[in-house]
Amino acid sequence: MALETQDIRLRSATTMESAPSARSFRPEVAKLIDLSRCIGCKACQAACMEWNDLREEVGTFQGSYANPLHLSDQSWTVMKFNETVIDGSLNWFIFKDGCMHCADPGCLKACPSPGAVVQYANGIVDFQQDNCIGCGYCITGCPFDIPRMRKQDGRVYKCTLCSDRVSVGLEPACIKSCPTQALTFGSKAEMTELANHRLVDLHERGMAKAAVYDPSGVGGTHVFYVLPHGDRPETYGLPRDPSVGAVVTFWRSGVARALGVATMFGVLVAGILHYMRYGPLEVPDETEGKTGKEAQS
Amino acid sequence: MTNSWVDIKNADLILVMGGNPAEAHPCGFKWVLEAKAKKKARLIVVDPRFTRTAAVADFYAPIRPGTDIAFLGGVINYLLSNDKIQHDYVRNYTSAALLVREDTGFDDGLFTGYDEAKRSYDKSTWNYQVDKDGIAKVDPTLQDPNSVFQRLKTHYARYTPELVERTTGTPKASFLKVCEAIATTAVPDRTMTSLYALGWTQHSVGSQNIRSIAILQLLLGNMGMAGGGVNALRGHSNIQGLTDLGLLSHSLPGYLTLPTDGDPDLKTYLEKRTPKLLRPGQFNYWANYPKFFVSLMKAWYGAAATKENDFAFEWLPKIDGAYDVLRVMELMSQGKVNGYVCQGFNPLSSFPNKEKVLGGLRKLKFLVTIDPLSTETSEFWRNHGEFNDVDPSQIQTEVFRFPSSLFAEEDGSLVSSARWLQWHWKAAEPPAEAKGDLEIVAELYLALKKLYATEGGAFPDPVLKLAWPYRITKAPAPEEVAREFNGQALADVPDPKNPGAFLVKQGEQVAGFGVLQADGSTACGCWIFAGSWTQAGNQMARRDASDPSGLGVTPGWAWSWPANRRVLYNRASCNADGVPYIPTRKLIWWNGTKWVGNDVPDFKADSPPADGMNPFIMNGEGVARLWAPAMADGPFPEHYEPFDTPLARNPFGKVLNDPAARVFKDDWKAFGKPDEFPFVATTYRLTEHFHFWTKHARIPAILQPEAFVELPEGLARKKGIRNDDMVVVKSKRGQIKLKALVTKRMPTLTVEGKEVEVVGLPIHWGFLGQTRKGYITNTLTPPVGDANIQTPEYKAFLVNVEKA
Repeated sequence: MALETQDIRLRSATTMESAPSARSFRPEVAKLIDLSRCIGCKACQAACMEWNDLREEVGTFQGSYANPLHLSDQSWTVMKFNETVIDGSLNWFIFKDGCMHCADPGCLKACPSPGAVVQYANGIVDFQQDNCIGCGYCITGCPFDIPRMRKQDGRVYKCTLCSDRVSVGLEPACIKSCPTQALTFGSKAEMTELANHRLVDLHERGMAKAAVYDPSGVGGTHVFYVLPHGDRPETYGLPRDPSVGAVVTFWRSGVARALGVATMFGVLVAGILHYMRYGPLEVPDETEGKTGKEAQS
Repeated sequence: MTNSWVDIKNADLILVMGGNPAEAHPCGFKWVLEAKAKKKARLIVVDPRFTRTAAVADFYAPIRPGTDIAFLGGVINYLLSNDKIQHDYVRNYTSAALLVREDTGFDDGLFTGYDEAKRSYDKSTWNYQVDKDGIAKVDPTLQDPNSVFQRLKTHYARYTPELVERTTGTPKASFLKVCEAIATTAVPDRTMTSLYALGWTQHSVGSQNIRSIAILQLLLGNMGMAGGGVNALRGHSNIQGLTDLGLLSHSLPGYLTLPTDGDPDLKTYLEKRTPKLLRPGQFNYWANYPKFFVSLMKAWYGAAATKENDFAFEWLPKIDGAYDVLRVMELMSQGKVNGYVCQGFNPLSSFPNKEKVLGGLRKLKFLVTIDPLSTETSEFWRNHGEFNDVDPSQIQTEVFRFPSSLFAEEDGSLVSSARWLQWHWKAAEPPAEAKGDLEIVAELYLALKKLYATEGGAFPDPVLKLAWPYRITKAPAPEEVAREFNGQALADVPDPKNPGAFLVKQGEQVAGFGVLQADGSTACGCWIFAGSWTQAGNQMARRDASDPSGLGVTPGWAWSWPANRRVLYNRASCNADGVPYIPTRKLIWWNGTKWVGNDVPDFKADSPPADGMNPFIMNGEGVARLWAPAMADGPFPEHYEPFDTPLARNPFGKVLNDPAARVFKDDWKAFGKPDEFPFVATTYRLTEHFHFWTKHARIPAILQPEAFVELPEGLARKKGIRNDDMVVVKSKRGQIKLKALVTKRMPTLTVEGKEVEVVGLPIHWGFLGQTRKGYITNTLTPPVGDANIQTPEYKAFLVNVEKA
């Protein structure tokens, strides 16, 4: 998607305190995943592959209905299955894994490459692979273990929330394919209302612990869940209280920035002092010649 | 379906038993979730496996494969003994009050009239008591011991919760919880819908499974109601269309039947199939059988079908017995079949007992496959290593493969489970040499016709005289065929009520089956499709989704047979006075002069309630049959064990298996015994695949790449099998090797005091396609079918499992 700066709220490794924001009438979007309506059909997984032109190799059975078992650079969403006995009765937790599009995205904070991770005004967190340097800091910075490095090109990939579709007024591909309305898409406000409305039904049905999962530790998310067993996020595969990691927070904090500036300044001073003391660095002739040849070949 | 997919949203309770719609019908399943979210409906799943449907259910109960009649019979007993039935409905709209013959009975597993040597019943004692005019006698008080109601009570009194638990393995508490939930719909203003599929039909007692739910729904007053019904979720796209158009060996289009050797002429044929009135004042709609049949013959043979030649009756084959898939394979194994044309069908993968199928195919002189894909059947002769270990040099069958188009590469209509005929338009041209099925079959026909014309033959008329009115003879257009199914007038049809006026003029498309005639003045290729392509055009192509009643009736969306009616038997949604039982769910009602409503009334439009015509107009009784004397294996469903059973005796009586199920002589030795094959197995499909097709496509292959068997944890522990291990599954018919999925979702049940482990086998893999190669699951399944219609018993058999 085009880099219209007014459409971008946050940009990685950029000292952009606040983006131009006159176009304020832009609602934040959200995908609600209501796991009480999810039947694990994997239509979303198939639609994701189709829309985004992704194809895993055909794998093998690995002891689960899930295939592939985990997210990858070719699988930006994956259905996961977990059998759990609660109070003597069997439950089959079916879970759609994928990027949460955090309001306070750890990946973006952790990214050292300017503009490799952006957050659009509508809340979608997107990777701009052109700017990605393959350091993998976003992987470390993500509290949900989402981004995946592609071995072939050393860039990191994840769900875009179909930002290309959303920007032209379409819903994400997974939403369109979901046969049961377990996936719905709209403004965060509408989706929150819908989620709370669903809780009324679930509580009435005896699922007293049903809850909305929209964790505040990452500022809330633009992909959020209705969990029939809201007291057991870990059983689904979700962290109970996710937050952007301490290292990332430190990295992005004023202290780190000050330290960084101080270090930079120190290096500069050292360089000047070095120049004053020893003069310019001399490059041997043969190295220059070799480089020149390689450049021609 | 008696109702429709959308109608599921009206239900208060959804019983999924004998099906798994979340996995096999995920798009239709949305209406279940709609009912849950918007109507506070409860979803109950009874299944041997904890399925993806069970994952979103309010309550799940396990059951041993093949014991559904025991379970449902138990529910019937619960309703009767706890007085949880809708009395008004049962008395007025069912056969409860009719009296059956005194000499009919049931003793220790057998109904009267059984002939052990023939393995069939003389059903004459199963009839009603009739007066001199053939009208059935009734006792409106339902107290007569020979009333169907009292017989029903007696028959199912044996189905106690204790015996149900001992037989089905369903814990008694779970069984009773299901009973209590079902009983809540016995009141007039609550309904239960029943969703089932092959989990009920693919048993030696399949038809009686469906009879059981029909009885249950009638006792509850749930038939004909919005949000009620008995709803068969069809397994293939357009399989409903297949049965509607009579592609089963004994059928003709519109559920007419082929003549037999016992029908020497048209008169006899029609008399036998035109039912007599059994109660006074009833509609007895099948009395129109001659109109439907003669119109069909006019569609097929045009001007060559005349009154003088019995409308070409003699040109129809006279069937001398069933030619279902099991019989055809049996005949093939005996070397009695020379050629086999296999259109959109993959028998090597789909039929039970792969070794027997393979043995049959190799005895053919020629095999023709018409399919968009390269099927296992078309490559049965090729060696695919351990997955199809044959020696091609020893197989002489000549195989012709005709590549055909896929549904998205042709115009046409599909009939959904809801009986909706939906027209669709070609999205792409078929690749390479592929042609539409119409074109392929037309070219075959024209070639045969030419041979008969030039070389003669024993009986050329049926081929030479077939009407072939298509603009391009070698490529009939789907539109032309669709118009033919709808039917047209061949002469002006006078209106008997209005002298000088006409119901339909010569050359016009008929508006409905009501104008069809038995005198040859109308032609109709499938009477139940009459109305689908009228003078107003293609009704199947309509796409008006508006739903004025809010009941999901959508009368302007596509077209539903019969007569664009969305809920069958909808007259039963009103009480005897013509007032809807549920004021907020009004399908139809009597407005003082005629029947009107949100749906097309399934009734004689001008018959006032006071006249006492009853809602089940297709039956000579006018009421629904709790007692069904036409069934092959008994007027009431009775529990019999599957032919591969883990039990030595039937807990319900001395007869172990369905006494009227047909077993070929050589197949008796093909059944397994529990000492050698201790585990109960069942087969099924998964959401990620459709039968043996989608393994040819990359994305479904990624989503479910390799064959596996689902094993209960207890079994795995006993056999030292861990998740993802390679295992061998053996039955009396053969063995397959595949990965193990050890899961809590497969039950270990207690049946007759012993532990019974249930093993689950998805069917999708084979030796062709983009998935990993796999063994054909139907290597394991038994060669026996349902006693009434021969659907193979894929859902319950015995296996052993060992670590590979």
